[in-house]
Amino acid sequence: MSIYDFMTMRHELILTCLVLLVLIIDLNLKQSQKHRIIPIAIGLFFIHTVVGFLPAQTGVLFGGMYHTDGLTILMKNILNVGVLIILFQSTTWLKKEENGEKISEFFILLLSTLVGMNFMISSGDFLMLYLGLELATIPMAALAAYTHHQTRSAEAGIKLILSSALSSGILLFGLSLIYGSTGSIYFDTVGALYSNAPMQVLAFIFFFTGMAFKISLVPFHLWTADVYEGSPVNVTSYFSVISKGASAFILIMVMYTVFHSIAYLWKDIVYLIAVMTMTIGNLFALRQKNMKRFLAFSSIAQAGFIMLGIIGGNKIGMTATVYFVLVYIFSNLGAFGVISAISAKTGKESMDDYDGLYATNPKLSLLMMLSVFSLAGIPPVAGFFGKFFLFTSAASGGYYWLVFIAVLNATISLYYYLLVVKAMFINKNDAPIAFFNSDTMTKIGLFACALGIFVIGFWSQVYEFIDAVTFAIVN
Amino acid sequence: MNILSLFILIPLLTIIAIMFTSNMKQTRLVSAVGMGIQLVLAGILVYLYLAERNAGNMDAMLFYYDAVWFPTLNIHYTIGVDGISVAMIALTSIVVFAGIFASWMVDFLYREFFISLILLASGVFGFFISLDIFTMFLFYELAVIPMYLLIGLWGSGPKEYSAMKLTLMLMAGSALLFVAILGIYFYSAPEGSQLTFNLLEIAKNHIPIEMQRFLFPFAFIGFGVLGALFPFHTWSPDGHASAPTAVSMLHAGVLMKLGGYGVFRVAIYLMPEAAHEQAWIFLILTGISVVYGAFGAVVQKDLKYINAYSSVSHCGLVLFAILMMNQTAMNGAVIQMISHGLMTALFFALIGMIYGRTHTRLINEMGGLMKVMPFLGVVYVIAGLASLGLPGLSGFVAEMTIFVGSFQHTDTFHRVLTIVAASSIVITAVYILRVVGTLLFGPIKNDHFLHLKDALWFERLSTLTLLIAIAAIGMAPLWLSNMINFSLGPIVEKINGVATVAGLF
Repeated sequence: MSIYDFMTMRHELILTCLVLLVLIIDLNLKQSQKHRIIPIAIGLFFIHTVVGFLPAQTGVLFGGMYHTDGLTILMKNILNVGVLIILFQSTTWLKKEENGEKISEFFILLLSTLVGMNFMISSGDFLMLYLGLELATIPMAALAAYTHHQTRSAEAGIKLILSSALSSGILLFGLSLIYGSTGSIYFDTVGALYSNAPMQVLAFIFFFTGMAFKISLVPFHLWTADVYEGSPVNVTSYFSVISKGASAFILIMVMYTVFHSIAYLWKDIVYLIAVMTMTIGNLFALRQKNMKRFLAFSSIAQAGFIMLGIIGGNKIGMTATVYFVLVYIFSNLGAFGVISAISAKTGKESMDDYDGLYATNPKLSLLMMLSVFSLAGIPPVAGFFGKFFLFTSAASGGYYWLVFIAVLNATISLYYYLLVVKAMFINKNDAPIAFFNSDTMTKIGLFACALGIFVIGFWSQVYEFIDAVTFAIVN
Repeated sequence: MNILSLFILIPLLTIIAIMFTSNMKQTRLVSAVGMGIQLVLAGILVYLYLAERNAGNMDAMLFYYDAVWFPTLNIHYTIGVDGISVAMIALTSIVVFAGIFASWMVDFLYREFFISLILLASGVFGFFISLDIFTMFLFYELAVIPMYLLIGLWGSGPKEYSAMKLTLMLMAGSALLFVAILGIYFYSAPEGSQLTFNLLEIAKNHIPIEMQRFLFPFAFIGFGVLGALFPFHTWSPDGHASAPTAVSMLHAGVLMKLGGYGVFRVAIYLMPEAAHEQAWIFLILTGISVVYGAFGAVVQKDLKYINAYSSVSHCGLVLFAILMMNQTAMNGAVIQMISHGLMTALFFALIGMIYGRTHTRLINEMGGLMKVMPFLGVVYVIAGLASLGLPGLSGFVAEMTIFVGSFQHTDTFHRVLTIVAASSIVITAVYILRVVGTLLFGPIKNDHFLHLKDALWFERLSTLTLLIAIAAIGMAPLWLSNMINFSLGPIVEKINGVATVAGLF
């Protein structure tokens, strides 16, 4: 193995170097200059994102533990873009005095979890998957507790670490059963040997449960709302977009490659989980007044929609899932970006505070409206295309009733998304949030979302590009 | 560039231009110019269409243009028009043009108002020119969603409630539609060949009867919700009553027609066997719509509610006629769509103008308005007469054709239903004449009404545009019905070409 072979791991290696570099630079900054790390870190990450798009080497490393191909690279790039937008959006908040000493920690922790996710996506066996998962989870708990002087934030951290530990335990138990029954941890070998023997089915259920915790599918969603509400807004957006997107990527790949022989079994499970997740997520979202909590439940419902892509089990399904996550990143970050901009300037996070926002901050309101319309799947914004393709994939498997339940749920979700629009545009308010100007970087982050929401749908090449690298269930 | 694409492009350019306007005068001028161009363009389209047909072009769709959009899913941007869509496009441009002038005095967030209104219109135009059901569905939803803001922001009365109710009910309808569209897509081509969203291609293929049985109700009810199919019509009275004038005009005049248009273009055209099998259920429902809507209008006291219920009745008649599935009745259905679109738009425009002066819409608080505003009064009477089907105006042509067509069925079920539906003509006369009597004639009930002014120039322009169109159809219905008939022929043939499965009756 030569040095050149290591370049296959380009994404992970550069990112690891980046984390170390941020740490070193931070050590050399004076106490009063700590905020200088913000543009440096973002600049470095921007370069990393751009480099990610350069033609990359594909291949297998460490005897099959690690592999990259067009699909994994695409997934990593999608996550990079999402993270970049989050970093841009978080500048206003990071510059606040209370964060003075620990700005670099934000970047280090965030990027460490991203390294973990990249390893997860590229994993070729369950060991690498598990390592990546832990690396992705543990720093996340620290991120949730970032503003630890607030009880809620500290609580969120503890809740996240406890529930993650539990879910990791369950997942690990499933993995041990898989190893015990097949004698291998490599995806290819396990996939070839897998059957519907009771122990292997049980192993699958444990594995799926562990992953369901991460994506917050009902009934494993209970940690989500509290953690989302307690964490700082930008961390919440990271949870709900990047972490969820990465987990969805991994789940669909493992389901398609490893557990394909029991697809007829897991399709029933996924069906049930999808219906429950969409419905319960929506019903809870209906009554939320806190914007973060509201988006937390709405993102649970969105995770239910993602299940519709998995259930199709075909190429459209995987393309639609990846496409949907891409669209979801832009739409959800648009919404979170507005919340974060407002929260950083005014500290207001309740939906009532948004009354009359259009009169004072028209641009933010319009972006928010676009984002929630995109989340609700209203044309002409990208969300419509995302949902359409996702539901198409489920329909291609003949799941018409599931599609019907899903579109009805999309209609229910439209109700609460419209409540946000109503607050901003229609409700009267004597003291609306006053006009304010966010800093340039935050504006770039917001603008990128608006652009993505508008362009991705109409620009069919995006879909075609994804379709070129995805695969159907191996059968 | 294809002339049809201009119908989407011009509204979009108008919207962009409006964004750069700095005051109310500029905004409404830009809107009026944009929609004026659109109206002229519609005229040119009708002319070109007829010229092409006279030159002997027998293609099902003219001005056909096709571009691949999403190759893997075979989604295209396919546009083309036949006589029916040309008529609907002409209707839309007239109503939108009149609507702009009817909202001449909107001063609250005027830019946003005109942008939303024109966005809605572009959705409708896009829907009528689309031949690809994906883009059709896209435009359909695009036309529905601006309604929420239009009613919620510029409406009156319980506007937030109405806006939410309307949006959610229509979106639930499109949820049904969504399932139908996906189902049609996956059975759009024989096993193994490339699936397609193209209407004309799908029509060549035969969707298996079991799938038709499953999908037809989804498609029919999905579009039916927008066409105010009983019992899914409840959004309509509330929505129309709360909406601002131009929005009521567009919505009742044009948007509800999307339902009728979609029903026969997608539901019945693509799934004729299931349509024949299940028609009886929907015939009963639409029959109820027709009569119930008319009775609903009789007992209402608010002008807008009266007109909204009468729209339920008239749009029910459209669906009713389409379900009769013969050439004459369907021809009547299309004429009724156009006639009702013009009439109801005129009514809502007049109601808006009267309300703007009297600040009440309750008929028993008004009286003798003919004396103070003769112009509006006379137009109101003419609109009323058109609505109750007076010969010489568009309503007569439409209803006459529909009932003649419906009565061509020889079985008892269809005939009884036709008679029941025809009774709505009498009920319509009751509520129209009652309103005209109390509203326009008799003593003036409020002294404050004495000082009211008659219609201003833009109001006259708005109402006259619609009035001329109504009279034109009424006086010379033949060119319109010929245009429709020509295109309807192949469709009816396809619908009835299949072995007719006897209904339950």
